Amino acid sequence: MKLSICLVIGVSALAIGAKASAEEVVFVSQGGAYQEAQTKAILDPAAKALGITVNQESSPDAWPVIKTQGATGAPTWDVVDTPTEDCRRGGEQGLIEKLDFSKVPNAAGEPAAYKTPYSVAYEFYSSVLAYNTKKFGGHPPQSWADFWDVKKFPGTRALRNHPLATLEAALMADGVAPDKLYPLDVDRAFKKLEQIKPYVTVWWTSGGQSAQMLHDGEVDMEMAWNGRVTSVQKDNPDIGFTFNQGMLQFTSLCILKNAPHLTTAVKFLNEAIDPKLQAHLPLEINYGPGNPEAFKTGIIPAALAKTLPSAPENAAKQALVSSDWWTSPAGEAALKRWADFIQK
Amino acid sequence: MIAPLAKAQTSLRDSGRSEELLFWLLLAPALLMVAALLLAPLTWLALQSVWENGFTLENYRRLVVEPLYARSFALTFRLSLEMSAVTLLLGYPVAYAAAHLSSRWRVLVLGLVVVPFWTSVLVRSYAWLVLLQRTGVVNKMLQALGLTNAPVMLVNNEIGVTIAMAHILLPFMVLPLFAAMEKIPEELIRAAASLGGGPLYTFRRVYLPLSMPGVIAGSVLVFVLSLGFYVTPELLGGGRTLLVSMLISRNIQLYDHWGAASAISVALLACVLAILALARTLAPSAWSAEDR
Repeated sequence: MKLSICLVIGVSALAIGAKASAEEVVFVSQGGAYQEAQTKAILDPAAKALGITVNQESSPDAWPVIKTQGATGAPTWDVVDTPTEDCRRGGEQGLIEKLDFSKVPNAAGEPAAYKTPYSVAYEFYSSVLAYNTKKFGGHPPQSWADFWDVKKFPGTRALRNHPLATLEAALMADGVAPDKLYPLDVDRAFKKLEQIKPYVTVWWTSGGQSAQMLHDGEVDMEMAWNGRVTSVQKDNPDIGFTFNQGMLQFTSLCILKNAPHLTTAVKFLNEAIDPKLQAHLPLEINYGPGNPEAFKTGIIPAALAKTLPSAPENAAKQALVSSDWWTSPAGEAALKRWADFIQK
Repeated sequence: MIAPLAKAQTSLRDSGRSEELLFWLLLAPALLMVAALLLAPLTWLALQSVWENGFTLENYRRLVVEPLYARSFALTFRLSLEMSAVTLLLGYPVAYAAAHLSSRWRVLVLGLVVVPFWTSVLVRSYAWLVLLQRTGVVNKMLQALGLTNAPVMLVNNEIGVTIAMAHILLPFMVLPLFAAMEKIPEELIRAAASLGGGPLYTFRRVYLPLSMPGVIAGSVLVFVLSLGFYVTPELLGGGRTLLVSMLISRNIQLYDHWGAASAISVALLACVLAILALARTLAPSAWSAEDR
């Protein structure tokens, strides 16, 4: 008797499972607290609204996997949340589907600079100047020129071990206006970087590392991602940062060429940038919505909006990183030149 | 008289043959696994480095033409040599103690050497980062003792990498040394002493030469492992110590072809094989078990 009940329940559960998985999509993001926040704010609600199953995977560096899956011609991923450059160069190399924007109505809320033919902006973060207030008191460094000024602001420094955003910071320190950065004058940027190089204690490679150094007072000022800085601030009240001259960056959603669930993937991509769903993301983690319409939904409290990198008043102080330039031959050459600069 | 002897020889040879067959049969699963999981991917890797829409040497040309690669190879080999030297200096006394102490102490010493093995390399690297940083325990102690006024840069440079790598690699030196020393008969040392050899003389002429197989095995092991180290130098090098392993990961991200990375791997593998061959010619005794 009991057994048969169990069987009935089991079979009906299977049937439900089968029904739910009739339409599914494989979504890939970068894991950790960031992916958990998305699950609550965007992924679960989107799955419910569309009546589909969202199978999640995570990959901190999706590009090599996109490349390999593309080479096989039969990818297992559908939608990827990855730095915009990956979507763009992937699209140019035939690894990423071109989007039919008539099927992505929610993209209309995003300005042109947030979109490529292959992708839509999903989430914003910023490379900001963070500092230790204990060291600098009421007069902390507020610009990249201050960061470069080792006499007025003595102390240990850290920059990211990557040219993206670092070259831009060097140019701003050299007096280039945030809206006149591109195309980057790479020679000028490296020349400026040579000046600060002897004073850089650490060239960090992972976000966790940058957070640890800031938290422990290992560095007095550094370039770091705003989400990391905010989480350090909860633990160490002596940490401050400015959005002034920050480098605004965003990850994008794009779909792999020959994705196994292409039609569902497009529907899901559209739903994931729905203003209401997007507005819930900052409630879970300190990153800004990719769709600016989210700020008009009234879901994001004004006090929270002030701390988000893509809030209009903050965005105005920053420079938008150009994925277009970074995927151009000049950008690729700058990427190759970086290791040489670091090693010498 | 000759016939039965010949017969016996034939049967001996036959049984020898069937024994040999049995060996091969027993080895077959392991050999197949090595071929399928090691040799095949390695061949594929090597092919990738010379094949990009046709035969090309571009990936190797880059290694030669761009000075970046030569500098990284030089740094990696220098650091690996240093690792062998440092772990040998630190590990030799430990192995000696373990080999010649009473069995109870031996368990303790070897246990202390092996225990860190059970902690992940990542965790140990982070632990060193926390200990050695400017605000870390070591620097605080140095300042409290008045040895220094300002914090000393112990990490985020090559010093930090050396300290942490030495800690991680030490067991790979101590264990082969211990294995070699344990087999050195104490009678030989006593004999040398009874013939008038002082402690230093005995060590230099008797003990050290007998422990050489362990020295060579340990040094080669540490050297080869150092060549491919990634996590520790990446975390503790402050971004400046760009080793070969990091170049491999950089090239995967930078070039749109695996070959750009696999060419470095092939070059590194070739270097390792050359070193092993050299070590084998220089000290053949370390390689054959029958020698003792």
